[in-house]
Amino acid sequence: MMEMYETHTHDVIVIGAGGAGLRVAIEVSAQGASVGLVCKSLLGKAHTVMAEGGIAAALANVDAGDDWETHFCDTMRGGKMLNNWRMAQLHAQEAPDRVKELERWGALFDRTKEGRIMQRAFGGHTWKRLCHVGDRTGLEMLRTLQDKGVHSGIDVYMECTITDILKDGDRVAGAMGYWRESGKFVVFPTKAIVLATGGIGKIYKVTSNSWEYTGDGQCLAYSAGAELIDMEAVQFHPTGMIWPPSVKGILVTEAVRGEGGILRNSEGQRFMEKYDPENMELSTRDVVARAIYTEVQEGRGSTHGGAYLDISHKDSEIVKRKLPSMYHQFMDFADIDITKAPMEVFPTTHYIMGGVRVEAETGRSTVPGLFAAGEVAGGMHGSNRLGGNSLSDLLVFGRRAGMGAAEYAKGVDAGSLKIDESQIELNEKELLAPFENTGGQNPYTIHQELQDIMQAYFGVFRTEERLQQGIEELAKLRVKASVLTIEGSRIYNPGWHLCRDLKSMLIVSEAIGRTALLRKESRGAHSRVDYPDSDNENWGKVNTVICKHGDEMKVDTSPLPEMPDELKRLFTEVK
Amino acid sequence: MAEATIMVFRGEAHQGGEEKEYTVPVQEGMVVLDALLYIQANYAGDLAVRWNCKAAKCGSCSAEINGKLGLTCKMRMDSLPLEEPVRVYPMKTFPLIKDLVTDVSWNYEIEKRIPPFAPPEGELTMYQEDIDRIQEFRKCIECFLCQNICHVLRTHDRKDSFFGPRYMIKIAELQMHPLDTVDRTELLNGDGGMGFCNITKCCTEVCPENIQITDNAIIPLKERVADRFFDPLLWILRKLAGK
Repeated sequence: MMEMYETHTHDVIVIGAGGAGLRVAIEVSAQGASVGLVCKSLLGKAHTVMAEGGIAAALANVDAGDDWETHFCDTMRGGKMLNNWRMAQLHAQEAPDRVKELERWGALFDRTKEGRIMQRAFGGHTWKRLCHVGDRTGLEMLRTLQDKGVHSGIDVYMECTITDILKDGDRVAGAMGYWRESGKFVVFPTKAIVLATGGIGKIYKVTSNSWEYTGDGQCLAYSAGAELIDMEAVQFHPTGMIWPPSVKGILVTEAVRGEGGILRNSEGQRFMEKYDPENMELSTRDVVARAIYTEVQEGRGSTHGGAYLDISHKDSEIVKRKLPSMYHQFMDFADIDITKAPMEVFPTTHYIMGGVRVEAETGRSTVPGLFAAGEVAGGMHGSNRLGGNSLSDLLVFGRRAGMGAAEYAKGVDAGSLKIDESQIELNEKELLAPFENTGGQNPYTIHQELQDIMQAYFGVFRTEERLQQGIEELAKLRVKASVLTIEGSRIYNPGWHLCRDLKSMLIVSEAIGRTALLRKESRGAHSRVDYPDSDNENWGKVNTVICKHGDEMKVDTSPLPEMPDELKRLFTEVK
Repeated sequence: MAEATIMVFRGEAHQGGEEKEYTVPVQEGMVVLDALLYIQANYAGDLAVRWNCKAAKCGSCSAEINGKLGLTCKMRMDSLPLEEPVRVYPMKTFPLIKDLVTDVSWNYEIEKRIPPFAPPEGELTMYQEDIDRIQEFRKCIECFLCQNICHVLRTHDRKDSFFGPRYMIKIAELQMHPLDTVDRTELLNGDGGMGFCNITKCCTEVCPENIQITDNAIIPLKERVADRFFDPLLWILRKLAGK
């Protein structure tokens, strides 16, 4: 029966071609294994292009005092100590080498006077640490990895959506999906899979994320039996655009504040003085997001209900050179010249710190043969990610997951893996149901309703009552979404594609809701109005854990890995 | 609320197609992509549109709007005469897949044929003034609008003999890199088809990143090719040297 399907066999299949996926694939190829890179969009369009401010690495090019230990402590403190300490350590130690490697592959970072890589200040980072190219660092990184990737013998499967992981017993044996162009199914027999699918932003109404960010990897991992940790930790970036409505949620880079931008309320007050007088605008993202939200709630919002972010006191040529994308973004979309007038900003859903539980060294999940790297993986950033730590995360753990998966694949005899064809048939039937159903829901309507629920009940501030209500609303929506109806053929049909994306989004939303209810404290980005303080004795020592138990979603906690004494000491030493 | 009429090309590969008319409400600051997504959610769930970031940073949503080339996420409705229908068509130079989506895979094949950056051993030291001009080329978001407008590709369909403006700036970026060690002028003059470009600057005009493709990349590259292959003095010197 397998002959019925188009198949492509590889040692390792990487799902997602953003910074993490490309870095994984480059490494798998370098290790001598055959690799297939599968992505929902065209190559080079992944959400990594939207990363603006920079990549954090303790190169000490600008501030000589920087070192990996300080970067490690900043990352742990920023994450409110919920981070997997080993990931934070590896990240801080290896980020400089990964940046230099990127430069050897063609990345052109802005330079210091001495001809070295320029670094800028960012929230939560003790030193000037973010290597950057104006405010388009993500594009530079993605294009560099793309160039390296296409010359590395990687087979790229573009505009192909993976719908299911196929297992042989406990082990990964393959993946199946469809071509967006033709709607035909395709099977990828493989020894190992690396998830590099990014985040979940599209479950919220106001988000900086692109349409692709529908929680596919989290859902694939969950369905395959892997554990997800800390799913309640959703980062709301403090500064998204709010006006006009068409661009609501689009990111305004933290580099604006890194370059000296000031936040003010409608009374002209520099309100960060009240929330974090020491760090002001360069406080961590969780703090700044709550501050803006609170100012607006208390009636001191800007014209369109946000805060003013002002960089116009800086020399206009410097603003245009350091923040060219922001200059054009506001000019083109909002008719505002940021060198002369303030921007209006409000928090926007940006990133999920939680994700697939992985082993720090290898990216291995709890399912044999399944790996994860980048935003889809959990642990690295604890309960709040520092700006700039994502791009470095993609490179450090992309490489590590690539090595991990290639090594694992070497130990697996391809002949011993059997794909259960009845499973493919079942999946296929489920995927095609919206063409057969009559009188079902419009997937676009369901998506809008989901976004309304997530925005209303699972936002910046949370309470037990609202979370409970939200979870009930989600349950009702799941019933409604069980029968979807669409029009048209299988050829490039976004309505049909959305049906599968909704399945992922609904699972991820439930996971966020359940863990947000479970964690009865405030920590990092997870702010409970009914439990405003952090509870280090109890909740500070555990991850929340989600896994599939039959057809039920099981919610639990598990102890954080214990940090060794030599690293603990770094937090008490005065540097 | 104000309304606009949008005429969208609907059709599939090898089957041709036709304009379909839709009415959409117009909001302040709205862009053409908003209108297309409104049509998708309310009238035609299967309308094929390629898009990602919706912030003019990924270059996915290129189309031809009232005959003008642009990113639908950047083209504001209030910049168009809304008393007339807005006509949205797919890029003409690439084969149609469906509706507004075309097959741009040829571009990725060209990318593979350009030898990548090859640095020397050791730590890389570069000064800002040495990389300013190539950083301009690195702004490219690969929207392929320059490829779409280029008459060599659009009117004469010479994809077999010309890489197109996008890859001219790619080669320029590598050739002008202060530390690169590979020479691509032979590729430019040969398979790259540099000679096909007669510098009409159409590519520069459509670039959403305002990259000065013709002035800053193509003309300097043409000079390098001319120096290398067509300079009579150098030609004689090379002959004498037996090269």
